[in-house]
Amino acid sequence: MNIPVYDLVIIGAGPAGMSAAATASSHGLKIVILDEQTAPGGQIYRSISNPAIADENILGADYYHGRSLLTAMRYANVDYLPGSIVWAVSPDLSISFSRAGKSSQIKAKKLLIATGAQERPVPFPGWTLPGVLTCGAAQILLKSSGLTPAAPLILAGSGPLLLLIAAQLNRAGVEIEAILDTTPKGRYLKSLRYLPAALRNLPLLIKGVGLLVELKRSGIRYVNNVSQLKALPGSNQLLSKLQYSVDNRIETSSCTTLLVHQGVVPNVQLTRALQLEHQWDELQQCWKPSLDSWGESSQAGIFVAGDSGGIAGARAAEYMGELTAQRIAQQLGKLNKESLLKQTAKAGRLLYQQQAIRPFLDAMYQPADEFLKPSDETLVCRCEEVTAGQIRGMVAQGCTGPNQTKAFSRAGMGPCQGRLCGLTVAQIIADERKVPVKDVGYYKIRSPIKPLTIGEIADLAE
Amino acid sequence: MPNALPFKRLTTNSTEWITVYIEGQPVKIRQGDSAAAAVLVAGLQPSRTTVVSGSGRAPYCMMGVCFECLLKIDGVENVQGCMTPACDGMQIVSQQQARQLNRTDFSDSDLSSANLSNKNLTDKKNEDPSV
Amino acid sequence: MTQFSTDSQRRADVCVLGGGIVGLAVALGLQRNGLSVTILDEGDSALRASRGNFGLVWVQGKGDTLPEYAAISRLSAQLWANHAQQLKDATGIDVQLQQRGGLFLCLSEPELRERQAMLTRMRVAAGGDYPFETLDLQQLREFIPEAGPEVAGATWGPEDGHLNPLLYLRAMTEHFLQRGGKIDNSGKISRIEPTDSGFTLTSDAGQWHGDQVVLAAGLGNRDLAPQVGLSAPLVPNRGQVLICERVKPFLNYPTGHVRQTNEGTLQLGDSKEDVGFDPGTTTDVIAKIAHRASQMFPLLRDVRLIRAWGALRVMTPDGYPLYEASKQYPGAYLVTCHSGVTLGALHEGPIADWIASDRTELPLEVFNAKRFTL
Ligand SMILES: Cc1cc2nc3c(=O)[nH]c(=O)nc-3n(C[C@H](O)[C@H](O)[C@H](O)COP(=O)(O)OP(=O)(O)OC[C@H]3O[C@@H](n4cnc5c(N)ncnc54)[C@H](O)[C@@H]3O)c2cc1C
Ligand code: FES
Repeated sequence: MNIPVYDLVIIGAGPAGMSAAATASSHGLKIVILDEQTAPGGQIYRSISNPAIADENILGADYYHGRSLLTAMRYANVDYLPGSIVWAVSPDLSISFSRAGKSSQIKAKKLLIATGAQERPVPFPGWTLPGVLTCGAAQILLKSSGLTPAAPLILAGSGPLLLLIAAQLNRAGVEIEAILDTTPKGRYLKSLRYLPAALRNLPLLIKGVGLLVELKRSGIRYVNNVSQLKALPGSNQLLSKLQYSVDNRIETSSCTTLLVHQGVVPNVQLTRALQLEHQWDELQQCWKPSLDSWGESSQAGIFVAGDSGGIAGARAAEYMGELTAQRIAQQLGKLNKESLLKQTAKAGRLLYQQQAIRPFLDAMYQPADEFLKPSDETLVCRCEEVTAGQIRGMVAQGCTGPNQTKAFSRAGMGPCQGRLCGLTVAQIIADERKVPVKDVGYYKIRSPIKPLTIGEIADLAE
Repeated sequence: MPNALPFKRLTTNSTEWITVYIEGQPVKIRQGDSAAAAVLVAGLQPSRTTVVSGSGRAPYCMMGVCFECLLKIDGVENVQGCMTPACDGMQIVSQQQARQLNRTDFSDSDLSSANLSNKNLTDKKNEDPSV
Repeated sequence: MTQFSTDSQRRADVCVLGGGIVGLAVALGLQRNGLSVTILDEGDSALRASRGNFGLVWVQGKGDTLPEYAAISRLSAQLWANHAQQLKDATGIDVQLQQRGGLFLCLSEPELRERQAMLTRMRVAAGGDYPFETLDLQQLREFIPEAGPEVAGATWGPEDGHLNPLLYLRAMTEHFLQRGGKIDNSGKISRIEPTDSGFTLTSDAGQWHGDQVVLAAGLGNRDLAPQVGLSAPLVPNRGQVLICERVKPFLNYPTGHVRQTNEGTLQLGDSKEDVGFDPGTTTDVIAKIAHRASQMFPLLRDVRLIRAWGALRVMTPDGYPLYEASKQYPGAYLVTCHSGVTLGALHEGPIADWIASDRTELPLEVFNAKRFTL
């Protein structure tokens, strides 16, 4: 078999991957971008090449900033293979991916993983009911299809994206019953000590305040200090009511669509499968690969940029992509160390500014305990339907980590491969054992990192 | 049958509209919508029932993470709806619990060819399988 | 998690090293003999064949060069129904044991003939009492209509079967705890010191004392055995297993390479690789396994692979178990094998009885490590 070899293979065509491609191509590298989506943009700039909504005010200027990346990528000399699902990467940097039902392999001299983030799982009783979606899901439907959720609509959770999607839906004329803010009391105070650093990114802070003001003016009911979320079904198995507690009062609202959000976490499926070194981020309450300042991982030649290397947002991803691409070009002998430093000075400054605000946001919007370590009745593994109580029971039987509870309960064995229960299961075990989450660890992730048919794999053996 | 309140469409840039069939009923959607989006437009919720308990589920993340959007699309079961672009004439129905494999029908001619075949992997003879 | 702090809590009649299926089965049998037992095991990410295996209770073809091994495998298979029933009665967990026979598919005539010859030799060695049948494709399809045209035939072993190995692990753990057994999985035991009254076992997390000690620590036995005058020349041998989505039942019998679990999951396995202590998965091996399985059952081509894993088999140079009592330090026993599922009932039964009483009718002399040095 003749396997094509690239100087640089980029997995993910979000801001990090797109900007890296554009930068690297300026050095004449042979580059390919693989992405499972059918169009570039990643999650934030979804459908940017063909936005669904006619009225550009709804999504706002930040979304359409993605066009500049798109243009840069279009002018760059890169192979772009949309609809490519990468399912395995070997340590020798051969990459197996599935496209239109057929698998192929390519080889990379350098690999850039830019697979972004996923929304943090938000387990609470009833989160599996049809009608409960993530805020990210609602935003994707808005961006790529111009679709808005059925009323009565409630948004519940914490974090900047919750506010953004509320504002976007409001601009689109969608009636929002209420925004339930689950940010625990005291968080504002706790995050204050990070405020001075955050001031280095004043524009973003001002934007955030602007969103809050916009929502306030809209007259949408905004409830603070919400806890004990519980979604209740109607007679038809669908979400029909939302119960929650505020100031020790239990309230119930009727609700057809509930959008939930508790921030995002790095998508570590691939970096885990490669057995790269990972570290626990206490402030963000998630795992991320350990990287040097250029984004190179514990395995030489494998780089990670953007949110899959640690949550810092779209602009930071863009700058990180650029930095990383320059470094890769330098390692491949396309520029010397000196010009590397010169050419990355600006992106470095901009990146620093973006990162400066993170600790403030992370401290403020750290999820409430009830979502990290949900109540016994809550399903934590949606695929195999395992509850938090069952996990706790297994810890009592001596399970010390998520791989043992997986063997005992099947939690993490379903089609999502643990993406929606991994963090929760580890948090619960850590809590029960009274040890730090970092000592509990994570699922052993192995290729394939996405399901694919036996026939497709079998054909690789021919 | 579609019975949930549908997602509503804003004014879009689209010029191309296609028809898909959700549980047999025609639904007009925008070219570029995913199969999962189509299901939400049609109000087909739950769009699947789970393998373990048979409880109802519907698309949750829309970004390929949760696998709640599994559908039967053009006769193939367990297809991830949010990662599948819809196309004109597509038949979409809900996924009911575990998937049923399509049985193979071997004709007698297969049998004769089988005895002649001497395909690879014969070097791995008589492995004790259970070790 | 239970913390063991005081000295008296850290004593047991028997300390079993290793909480995999081998250690647990022996531990249960020792409890049945009235002994107090503690299992010492490692934490979450240890190398564990018990969690990575294929779940076959398999007899056909086992022990083709050692009739005693064939005999104990068959004995264990016969004891299995009772073993499973006892676990169910005690814990309510059904390990999904099914022993209705199993098939080994061959993809070519020569392969089939050779396998037939091997089983025939085994039948002779067993004095004629060794049930199996050779099936051509047409006969095979009466068992499994889905066998593909590239299949030459199969051998049928009426005593073969399978179970859910994870439920087995869980049921044994629950039963062991119910009976007052203790499991300490706070650290790898690095030192065993024989004392006047037994053995002192040391890990990072502290010390344990046992009057007797059973080494059932899988690959870990390599380093532990010499400390009590035994030897365990084990090598890791990797097996990769593919797990597919759940589908409605179609495979009524386990086969050597493909089986369907009660949940509907399809398992395809398994490779045999000498790769040292690397339990990872590799694309080329996964592709080969997928290819072979879809030759055997073409309808598998449509099935989605959900995950794959590699696990390290606990292998002796000849592939047969080690059952040995230490002469130098009476009270220390070594129990290790690569087919812990099949031999589970034997371990809970006659093997545990041997350790409890120091007497046995099993031909255990052939399973000691001297065979590798003589
Ligand atoms: C791919 C594959 C397929 C298989 N298929 C089958 C099958 O179909 N049928 C069948 O019968 N068998 C099968 N097996 C074999 C079966 O899984 C093993 O026989 C069985 O798991 C071995 O059990 P064990 O307890 O000895 O080892 P393990 O399960 O590996 O357990 C050893 C335990 O000891 C602990 N340990 C190690 N060192 C120390 C120490 N120093 N201190 C404390 N604890 C320690 C380890 O952490 C571990 O928990 C298969 C194995 C593999 C790899
Ligand atoms: S909706 Fe989550 S994977 Fe499709």
